[in-house]
Amino acid sequence: MPWYRQVYDWLEHRLQLEGPVMEAMVHPVPRKTASWWYVFGSASFVLLILQVVTGILLALVYAPSAAHAWDSLEVLNHQLPLGWFLRAMHGWGSNFMVAVVLIHMCQVFLFGGHKYPREFTWVLGVCMLLMTLGMAFTGQVLRFDQDAYWGLGIGASIAGRVPFVGGQLVHLMLGGPMINGATLTRFFALHVFVIPGALLAFTGLHLWMVVKLGINEWPMPGRIVRRETYMKEYHDLTHTDGLAFVPLAVWKDLFFSAAILLAVAACAAYFGPFGPKGAPDPTIINTVPKPDFFFLWLYTVLSYLPPNLETPFLLIVPPIAIAFLIAIPFVAGIGEKSWWRRPVAVFAVFFIAVCWGAFTQLGTYTPWSPQMHAWSGAPVPEKLLVNRTPLERQGAVVLQQKQCRNCHELGGMGGQRGPALDDVAGHMTEDQLYRQVLQGGGNMPAYGAALSPAETTALVKFLTTLKVNYAPAASDASRQVADADTGTAATGAR
Amino acid sequence: MEGPNNPLESEAQVRDISRRTLLMKIGIGLNALVAAAIATPVIAYVLGPVLKRKEYLDWVDLGSLSNFPVGETTLVNYRNPFTNSWDGDTANVPAYVRRTSDTDFTVFAVNCAHLGCPVKWFKESQLFMCPCHGGAYYADGSRASGPPERGLFTYGLKLQKGKLLINAGQMPTLQNQAGLGKTPCSGGDASVKPQIVARIEPCPGTDKSTIG
Repeated sequence: MPWYRQVYDWLEHRLQLEGPVMEAMVHPVPRKTASWWYVFGSASFVLLILQVVTGILLALVYAPSAAHAWDSLEVLNHQLPLGWFLRAMHGWGSNFMVAVVLIHMCQVFLFGGHKYPREFTWVLGVCMLLMTLGMAFTGQVLRFDQDAYWGLGIGASIAGRVPFVGGQLVHLMLGGPMINGATLTRFFALHVFVIPGALLAFTGLHLWMVVKLGINEWPMPGRIVRRETYMKEYHDLTHTDGLAFVPLAVWKDLFFSAAILLAVAACAAYFGPFGPKGAPDPTIINTVPKPDFFFLWLYTVLSYLPPNLETPFLLIVPPIAIAFLIAIPFVAGIGEKSWWRRPVAVFAVFFIAVCWGAFTQLGTYTPWSPQMHAWSGAPVPEKLLVNRTPLERQGAVVLQQKQCRNCHELGGMGGQRGPALDDVAGHMTEDQLYRQVLQGGGNMPAYGAALSPAETTALVKFLTTLKVNYAPAASDASRQVADADTGTAATGAR
Repeated sequence: MEGPNNPLESEAQVRDISRRTLLMKIGIGLNALVAAAIATPVIAYVLGPVLKRKEYLDWVDLGSLSNFPVGETTLVNYRNPFTNSWDGDTANVPAYVRRTSDTDFTVFAVNCAHLGCPVKWFKESQLFMCPCHGGAYYADGSRASGPPERGLFTYGLKLQKGKLLINAGQMPTLQNQAGLGKTPCSGGDASVKPQIVARIEPCPGTDKSTIG
């Protein structure tokens, strides 16, 4: 007997693991589930292990101290061999993990995998999704840069909206009245011990149930799930038309996991690590904080909500959404599994995906944010200054100097918070321009206090020259009627 | 407790089992008691920084009044009174001091009243603009546009021996108003109205539209 066989036997005689492990591995699965659609769960698990391993390696160097965290990331990035690569693997691994977990969830839902008897597997899965998102947020905090600092500020501001206990909640979350070293150590404990510990335990249970209850069979239209008969039907299916999970189904999981790991490594090697961006010094206020990719949609939603809806939305919608996800298998735990017979489910998934995509896309270029440097950095296009009177040109100077460009585009440059001004004279009369500039409105501040009468006149005169080609300028039709009636231009109409 | 399923078990065995079950239950109860007795005080540890330390209520000295020219809004930095030695730069906190006359000061938090991002002061257009979700405020801190539902947060302040002191130890949020909250916030407050009409609404005092 070779020596390794002897070692194995010695261990097995004491561990007694072979029986249960072999049973779990070769358990029969329905033939059609040996499909490329069933690889996302195992890929999520492999990514979780990748995150644990790279996380431990990063923790060898990372200093969870507000004064040193940022420096230790710089050391990882620039001084330690392959430190940058491990940071990149951990960062890209987290992006891939959120993505693969979401795909896994959609696949399970569309295949009816949440139905009897796998309701609790789904509920645990929802909790694991929330933990994954929690890991993504706390991980962003540990990258203790300006985005992390102000991201914490946003988290605190949301917590501060909770009625009655909001104030205390903020102190509890930040570990004090303001973001500081105590905040970072709190989030370190969450990111490194609390959430991953719970996530691993939940993953164990989730997997246990998958093995015990069997993988969800490929849904067929007309094959109805009934609580009384399902277990027997599933048992028959796996024994008449089944395969041993190992090795007949597992090879696809293995291939896909290897491909995912390779993709993470390729992204890590090509794009490099995420940040850290500027040092976490709150006195540097020339910063444009931005959340990580998977929270961009939330950034968009928070920008577009009307002010008076914001607190109710932030406090009521997340609990409802979570309750809704958890309720799905209890409301729709039996019946059809096939997507051909579940149009509402299919529509809901695609609707949410489209909304998420649109919000995320908007979040990548934030048209609602003023561009802080446009007033000094984005010039007035030359052609708009040709053949203009001195007064009109002075108006262009006022336009720049009063930071109008931070919110208004001209020639495709500038902020997008307000409308582009290239054709403003085509749809606003001179009077309307005066009113809009001085009194604001429609989300524009009033500039009456910040402009002298001379500046206002110059600015409006310049604005009246901004129209497309030979299009007519906007005019007030009532004015012409009044003029024709009375012969006096301005007095009557005012 | 259910009775034994096995009819062969004797009365004595049943009694023995129920007595041991009782002992087990007492054992579980003992553990729960010990755990509660040990863990309850630890709650104080978790809440410690929140309940125990009150430095954040201290007044912060921003220096001589002459640092702040009349008619201007100045960005200042101060040291967070609630600090540990490992806080590094995060213990430095910015704020805006606005001086409108010899004795009239307002100190604004840089945190946007919407979700806490740092607003930037533009003196040319007399506006505070937020880089995150596009909130804007007038020079007096009142809301000009965007998602904030109120004006900028202000810190409580007092002038003492030619110095400006502020009460600015906590991050202002909608429920933790900055400082002790003794001074009214100017932004959105009825006592400090902006001098100009901020929105398209009927002309003040009449029903007439302001448009056109």
